[in-house]
Amino acid sequence: MKRISIDPITRLEGHGKIDIFLDESGNVANAYLQIPELRGFEKFCQGRPAEEMPNLTERICGVCPEAHHMAATKALDNVFHVDPPPTAKKLREMFYSIFFATDHTTHFYALGGPDFVVGPTAPPAERNLIGVVNKVGMDIAGKVLKMRRDGHSLIKMIGGRAVHPNWGLPGGVSRGITREQRDEVEKLGRDAIEFAKFSLQLFDDVVLANPEYVNLIKSDAYTQQTYNMGTVDENNHVNFYDGKIRVVGPDGAEKFKYDAQDYREYVAERVEPWSYLKFPYLKQVGWKGFADGVDSGVYRATPLSRLNAADGMATPLAQAEYERFFDTLGGKPVQPTLATHWARLLELLYAPENWVRLATDPEIVGETYRVLPTETPTEGVGCVEAPRGTLTHHYWTDERGIVTNVNLIVGTTNNNAPICMSVKKAAKGLIKNGEVTEGLLNMVEMAFRAYDPCFGCATHSLPGQMPLEVRLRDPDGNVVQRLSQYID
Amino acid sequence: MSDEKFEPRIVGFLCNWCSYRAADLAGTARISYAPNVRIIRVMCSGRVDPTFVLKALSLGADGVLIAGCHPGECHYIEQNYKAMRRFSMLRHTLRAMGVEDERVELVWASAAEGQQLAEAIDKIVEQIRSLGPLNWSDNWQENGARLQALADIVKEHNEALEVPA
Amino acid sequence: MSTTTDPKETDASAAKTKGKLAIYWAASCGGCEISILGIHEKILDVANAFDIVLFPCATDGKVRDVEKMADGEIDVCLFNGGIRTSEQEYMAQLLRRKSKVLIAFGSCASEGCIPGLANLHDRQEIFDCAYQETVSTENPAHVRPRHETTVPEGTLQLPVFYDTLRTLDQTVDVDFYLPGCPPESARIWEAIEALLTGNVPPKGSVIGATTTVCDFCDRTRTEKKIREFKRTWEIIPDPDICLLEQGIICCGIATRAGCGCLCPQVNSPCIGCYGPNGDAEDYGARLMSALASVIDSDDPDEIAEIIRKGIPDPAGTFYRFSLPGSLMRRAKKPVGANGNGH
Repeated sequence: MKRISIDPITRLEGHGKIDIFLDESGNVANAYLQIPELRGFEKFCQGRPAEEMPNLTERICGVCPEAHHMAATKALDNVFHVDPPPTAKKLREMFYSIFFATDHTTHFYALGGPDFVVGPTAPPAERNLIGVVNKVGMDIAGKVLKMRRDGHSLIKMIGGRAVHPNWGLPGGVSRGITREQRDEVEKLGRDAIEFAKFSLQLFDDVVLANPEYVNLIKSDAYTQQTYNMGTVDENNHVNFYDGKIRVVGPDGAEKFKYDAQDYREYVAERVEPWSYLKFPYLKQVGWKGFADGVDSGVYRATPLSRLNAADGMATPLAQAEYERFFDTLGGKPVQPTLATHWARLLELLYAPENWVRLATDPEIVGETYRVLPTETPTEGVGCVEAPRGTLTHHYWTDERGIVTNVNLIVGTTNNNAPICMSVKKAAKGLIKNGEVTEGLLNMVEMAFRAYDPCFGCATHSLPGQMPLEVRLRDPDGNVVQRLSQYID
Repeated sequence: MSDEKFEPRIVGFLCNWCSYRAADLAGTARISYAPNVRIIRVMCSGRVDPTFVLKALSLGADGVLIAGCHPGECHYIEQNYKAMRRFSMLRHTLRAMGVEDERVELVWASAAEGQQLAEAIDKIVEQIRSLGPLNWSDNWQENGARLQALADIVKEHNEALEVPA
Repeated sequence: MSTTTDPKETDASAAKTKGKLAIYWAASCGGCEISILGIHEKILDVANAFDIVLFPCATDGKVRDVEKMADGEIDVCLFNGGIRTSEQEYMAQLLRRKSKVLIAFGSCASEGCIPGLANLHDRQEIFDCAYQETVSTENPAHVRPRHETTVPEGTLQLPVFYDTLRTLDQTVDVDFYLPGCPPESARIWEAIEALLTGNVPPKGSVIGATTTVCDFCDRTRTEKKIREFKRTWEIIPDPDICLLEQGIICCGIATRAGCGCLCPQVNSPCIGCYGPNGDAEDYGARLMSALASVIDSDDPDEIAEIIRKGIPDPAGTFYRFSLPGSLMRRAKKPVGANGNGH
């Protein structure tokens, strides 16, 4: 069969290529999204002092280092059996909301959004942040740049660095904030709320007001019927930092709700020979292949999933937008993948509302930002919502706190199977009778971009080839034949 | 299988005031000892940077010997204590990298101790002989699959369909 | 990349004077890309000066486009990430051929960075961990990703994963290095300006400071006499006194300046992400010397115990970012039962 290769996939974090096979009639027989990268964090973090894990694992991804930093820090609390003081928890959650808002801004305006703002089949040279700037003008571009600048400056102020902070420790954080810094956080938070409202308005004007885009969003080619996973607080509201993990079925009803530390009873990972990225699935439902439906263990963990898995938002403006979202798209659950872009902007509104709430809490400038562990470290799980999905870090250590074993299930990894399914379905829906253009291939890529993938995150792991040798010996013990693979 | 005995190649850093003079003494006194140590004279054992040791090992040495004045007798007062601390740090690290302790040794020898230095050298040579060659750069080899894989990428790219803009 | 919406209006001579820029990532994390975007509005100046022909994070240029270019057609390539797989080696060779100036951008390309810690293991050890031993992996059939997989429609290829991660300059000839994990945005802009004005150091140089992080640290320093190294979770350090003096292993003494000494400002020690200062060949050797000189003891057994207890992970402490670029490059490879490597 003829093979079309999209290499590399672009406007995401990480590496990937898509191979599309066309049958004799020029229709898509199959499409594969292969992840060709891997680095091996689960192995090479063994032997490292546990307190280094926030700094080590954040190098899984430079777009969402704060997510790994936070999951690792929470895991350390559990490894060292220490409970951080309230100031520390609030600082962490506030910092985390700031990061979330910044990351979601980057994705919408620089990665996934250009397809809508500039157009999915616009010339490739224009389908990027610069093209967006040219299209919308410097006024609006200035707002986007300010949001990213503000977000990164706050992350740097609180956590040390804009990319790869050095802040989290078992029992708290390395430093608190002063009153002046708190004032700055609140001020920029209120600006960010305005920016989020503006972004939602832009989405209304550019996307929802355009019938072609609305048809695209609602089309079957871009819709899957999967389980959805997200973290919720005690009121079943979306929470990025802490809570229980909730999974709802393709019909929207709650199927599982569990503590992060019990993740192994609910999620397992499988291996395919054509991708370095593993494929998580719901263990109790079982792996039935790359399939939709209530009997298939495939699940999604994305901003859209979080909205589906929750009953609402914890802050007022976001809650109002939540209700509008589901009203507009026909009730829960919302399964069209491209709606994830809207869900992401909804979270972009919740994040600064939450961050301002925490910045105006008197405990945020408390002087106790860390307590020292007193117990012998053993084992712990730390879980947060990464912008791209539920992120789980699990460490075991010896009595000195040196890591002996690591397990990571990363945001985008959760979505590996659904992303593959979305790419295949979009390719089948768009490419017919051998008619392929570069623009159509970009529209196939849009099927994964909605997930805001972070394949660097996803492929923390490293595979290889199994060397195998069989030797046949004659009755005297001499080797008469050797059969081998991957041995030189 | 060759009958050739493995002859370790060892680099030695000997300090000018004590251990190098001890080696000189061994020479003038016609004391016989293993010729495997290539001696480099430094002014003080405290001059020996861990870089020198790592460079020697990575470039093919099977071992390294550092020799200085006895503690308390350093010509520059205290620098052999620095050598001691650095050596301890280096040994701790080399162990973690898979290099046996016996490959890198620190000994003290005063200018009068030609016999003792010769014996120390014989001992380290036999130690390393029994460990075998280090051949550190063998660790950097990739297997033959690498070149085939590079060629396969070119093939894979060429076989994909051209798509119009 | 055009700066007007109508390509036809682009001044033809202006288009000719625009350089070509490629920004590529190998075994890295994307942090260098985010740091580049951290120059904020100056990205428009970059877009004015260059057509960005390859930048998978943010633009849609494909490898095909680069393969079709003439040798040397790309003016500058900022290459981040270490060389871990055959695909990454291929891209390093391709971009070297097609670029006039190739820059090892960031710690991964310069010295290996965190993924370089994989050089404490080999492919099989790492592969057994990820694909079999990790607790949530269900793989009773021992499936492993393969270089070639036959599917009903044809053949799928994956790059070969190497036993040893290499730096960019261990793979191809490199013109300049920009250190840091990631390089700070301000330093990136300074480097771009230097390239645009031709104000660059000799080929093979690091574009960066020539002093250590300590020079930018505001903490008070007196004498360092350490009888015990402390783990970061064991104490709450005084915010005004040198961290190393308090027993915390701060790598600032061995690390090139350029970040502005950011981590100690939030009470965390420097972890060495900017690599060695000067032309040090081995970062770990520098740090080993520096820490050895602050130990307050003359007794060999006591010294050994201070080190054993305070530095439980010497490979990770001394070569956290620099293992592939160090003199030894990796730990000894594990030996298989048949006496050969895996």
